[in-house]
Amino acid sequence: MSLLRGIVHKYEKDNIDTDVIIPGPYLKIMDPDELAKHAMEGLDKDFVTKVKQGDFMVAGENFGCGSSREHAPIALKHAGITAVLALSFARIFYRNSVDGAHLLPIEVDREAYQNISDKDELKIDIEKGEVRNLTKNKIYKMKPFPELIKKIIDAGGLLNYTP
Amino acid sequence: MTITEKILARASGRDRVSPGDVVFAKVNKVMLHDVSGPGVMTVFNELEKKGRKIDRLWDPNSVWVAEDHFVPAVDKLAAQNIVLVQNFVKKFGISKHFKYGLGQYGICHTLSHEEALVLPGEVYVGGDSHTNTTGAVGAFATGMGHTDVAYVLLNGKIWFKVPETILFKIEGKISDYIMAKDIILNIIADHGTDVGNYKAMQFTGSAIRRMSMDERFTLTNMTTEAGAKNGIIEPDQTTIDYIKERTNEPFTPLVGDEDAKYADVFTYDVEKMEPVVAKPFSPANRAAVRELGNVPIDKAYIGSCTGAKYTDLLEAAKILKGKKVKVRTEILPAAQSIYMRALKEGLINIFLEAGVVVGPPTCGACCGAHMGVLAKDEVCVSTTNRNFPGRMGHVESKTYLASPKVVAASAVTGKITDPRDVR
Repeated sequence: MSLLRGIVHKYEKDNIDTDVIIPGPYLKIMDPDELAKHAMEGLDKDFVTKVKQGDFMVAGENFGCGSSREHAPIALKHAGITAVLALSFARIFYRNSVDGAHLLPIEVDREAYQNISDKDELKIDIEKGEVRNLTKNKIYKMKPFPELIKKIIDAGGLLNYTP
Repeated sequence: MTITEKILARASGRDRVSPGDVVFAKVNKVMLHDVSGPGVMTVFNELEKKGRKIDRLWDPNSVWVAEDHFVPAVDKLAAQNIVLVQNFVKKFGISKHFKYGLGQYGICHTLSHEEALVLPGEVYVGGDSHTNTTGAVGAFATGMGHTDVAYVLLNGKIWFKVPETILFKIEGKISDYIMAKDIILNIIADHGTDVGNYKAMQFTGSAIRRMSMDERFTLTNMTTEAGAKNGIIEPDQTTIDYIKERTNEPFTPLVGDEDAKYADVFTYDVEKMEPVVAKPFSPANRAAVRELGNVPIDKAYIGSCTGAKYTDLLEAAKILKGKKVKVRTEILPAAQSIYMRALKEGLINIFLEAGVVVGPPTCGACCGAHMGVLAKDEVCVSTTNRNFPGRMGHVESKTYLASPKVVAASAVTGKITDPRDVR
């Protein structure tokens, strides 16, 4: 989990909410691959066909605001997304992503956010706290995970973590 | 310490906590429903596949289960989820199951206060973001995803980062055309949909002290739309009376210290407040109703945990009494107990005479799931809490969030209307 490599799908928007990540009518679906077919349907109909396994999303402030539906990080994960890089995250989305071990919510600063373009290739090194933009040959710092969050990520989710 | 800090300190067995501390706190109550419940079951199934035997919960008596999002069952999948929930309840011996079609049932957050399932001073975790609602009884109430709920069900505790608290002082006399919904929409518009991120939002002041519990729940409910970890109001006599009318269970309320530290303090004078709406597509997109211009609507909706409590129906009925609605209007009381009270007091009759459809309690149309979703380009004025693209139906439909008074007034005129402008 500490080294990731993939292509960026950038949505230059703040407040991307869980209703667009996975719309309400699909909440009765529990099959993650079925959920993945509808990922980001409220914002980008082509998302699912564009994303390949291992890719990243980049977005602005307060990513994942709205409902507590864990279906949101699950749908993104099963669509292929392994990390979301955002200026900030809504707290439940962040918690669900980490505790459920679905994907990595990575906070980056505005400079990195503005510098990264759609379709850039990134390499993320969690241990070093580094995001390398292979397309632009740049290196950005990611905000380090708080101690407990890091431990839960390393354990593979909250249910595998022993306090 | 603030009330939130004191509750988390007590629950984690510490003398004191400070914002930023990470604690494992004991949870008093936990809720799941027909969306988070099947999610919990998938987590349990995964654990069992890995060889862990799960045959009991930490405390089945502290758990309660609602059927609200997809009842009446929308389709085969929803029906199957309800069966899963029912089997789960049986397997683990959960006694508090509010089953659709079997006496009291309704939207989880409404049941939490109607049935006094959560008491002042408690820690309450729900598998739904609007769990914040219940903080108005002076509890620490917060929403989580199904992995976290599964963890609580097994361990009776969970980690929290102790939040800073923002204090909102609501002062002055509330005019009879203003409701708590106007206050919270103003707060979200003034401070943004992420002002409460990782924080507690606490309400106090002379207007809160005079406010009914139903109205207080509207404030804490929509702290979720401000991103807050929890919304909370210190218990007073109104709170204690409300709880004691509903349960004999003992509880030990907490209030904050005199010298508690707040990250921010914002004061609102409600005397001059105007009825407002949140325009599409954000709860922060405020406009005064009288400055909105001509906005014809296709539908008026009074429903959800935010806007279909008893007081919400009563205020709508005052406006709808003796009138006819001009657009399709739906009123779905948020719980069966509220429906029955509205029936006994003649409110349902007023609604039906006005031409309104009265439906069963369900989250249904609020989350665009069923029971009256919006078509492309349709415009709805609604007492609910979210108006993101596609929230209540087609992604190109539009929802204006408003108080029950504004929604009722708008139903009568067919366009978004200030309650003062309906004769």
